[in-house]
Amino acid sequence: MPQNAKPQVAFYWCASCGGCEEAVVDLAEDILGVVEAVDIAFWPVALDFKRSDLESSPDGSIAAAFINGAIRTSEQEEMAHLLRAKAQFLIAFGACAQLGGIPALANLWDRAAIFETVYETAASVTNAEGIHPQTSIPVNGDRLTLPAFRNTVRALDQVVEVDYYLPGCPPTPTVIKDAVGAILSGNLPPKGSVLAPDVALCEQCPLKETKPEQLLLREFKRPHEVMIDPKTCLLAQGIICLGPATRGGCEALCPKAHMPCTGCFGPTARVLDVGAKMASALASMVDASEPQAAEAILATIPDPVGTFYRYSLATSRLRRRLTETAATPAAGRVR
Amino acid sequence: MDAERNALANGWEPRIVAFFCNWCTYAAADLAGTSRLKYPPNARVIRVMCSGRVDPQFVVEAFARGADGVLIGGCHPGDCHYMEGNYKTMRRVTLLRRVLRAMGIQDARLRLEWISASEGEKVARVISEMVEAIRAIGPLNLPAQRAGWDAELEHAAARAAPAAAAGGER
Repeated sequence: MPQNAKPQVAFYWCASCGGCEEAVVDLAEDILGVVEAVDIAFWPVALDFKRSDLESSPDGSIAAAFINGAIRTSEQEEMAHLLRAKAQFLIAFGACAQLGGIPALANLWDRAAIFETVYETAASVTNAEGIHPQTSIPVNGDRLTLPAFRNTVRALDQVVEVDYYLPGCPPTPTVIKDAVGAILSGNLPPKGSVLAPDVALCEQCPLKETKPEQLLLREFKRPHEVMIDPKTCLLAQGIICLGPATRGGCEALCPKAHMPCTGCFGPTARVLDVGAKMASALASMVDASEPQAAEAILATIPDPVGTFYRYSLATSRLRRRLTETAATPAAGRVR
Repeated sequence: MDAERNALANGWEPRIVAFFCNWCTYAAADLAGTSRLKYPPNARVIRVMCSGRVDPQFVVEAFARGADGVLIGGCHPGDCHYMEGNYKTMRRVTLLRRVLRAMGIQDARLRLEWISASEGEKVARVISEMVEAIRAIGPLNLPAQRAGWDAELEHAAARAAPAAAAGGER
């Protein structure tokens, strides 16, 4: 790299929805400042780059690589390793790369069950021969290949070493700008840090003052079931808000829009397992002294795992559903 | 996996992490000891000031680190030294059990019991029962299961030295 060249950056997506890519564009005019300061070495979603461009660049030649999305396929795993080799800083961009995100909820099933649903039993599917994707298939004497679909969805740091994490679904413009600024100036916190404030969202929530000292709830409600009072703490209204266990830094966008936090910024540094922590906090609010009564109130939470681990199942202490109960034959084996 | 389980099961003993509250169940375990009651040695007791101190995070962490079962012992309802810590435990365990069920962990692996300081024989009985129940369903061994899940990664061995790992077979 010539002496006066700008630092190179790379963007890549793995198992994600594309919202993180949008988030980069969401920087609006500020993106011009970023483009001014860096050279984009690789960004297949937006610009015409090929894998070979990356492969032919020297190791460590990219200043920072931002990867969004979880790791589901063998190709994503390879790209993660490739970018790791080429980049000085590897940054997990967004909830999926940091925690597994929404795609990791598929860890409640396994590959066989997912293939069966997607390629056979889903109502809109016609697949009389029961064909499933193959990693390699001969066609007219040639061989066509597809990446392998892994049994388990992983966060980026469960596959390669990650230097920094940008939280959010997607990361907000403020969080991105601060992070890019920190990287360009070299003013970085210790390796492994999450580049967002380490306080619970409740601390930054405009409804904080209306959160009662002691909450006692007899029913949990979902946002579509009630008219939400915009001036009162959502938990006090019986709506499950993950604010107490979730990192702030998002500027409380959801509570400000009268919607509960679903936990996309992930845990604060003091939380070991978001779902267990949130289950702990919520169960303490249940107004029942008999197990049956507690069970009845908690039954108003229809999907505890999907609610408490919405973005973090891959990085939870348990990581994925085990198969020891053998409840569904299709979800039988973990390999 | 089944073969692996069977191999593990040879010489395998259930490992139970037991969180006992200082005021009731831990005292009961003491009583069981001084009364020379016999019960299996499979429970590793951790004394906490109150069963209400047992964060559900501790339970999933115990499983993640290789426990086959977790036992929580607290004061009977109404007897909590801190007034209502055990009620909170009851609610937390109720919710945690639903989470664990959804994650495929059997109910027998988590047990909550109220055991007062005078119930030394109940400590012995509950631990014996739990050891038998877990022996019947076999090891959980999450550390080994995790290693099994990661066997599908092509570059698992290269994780420590990522620079060497570009490419790979398709």
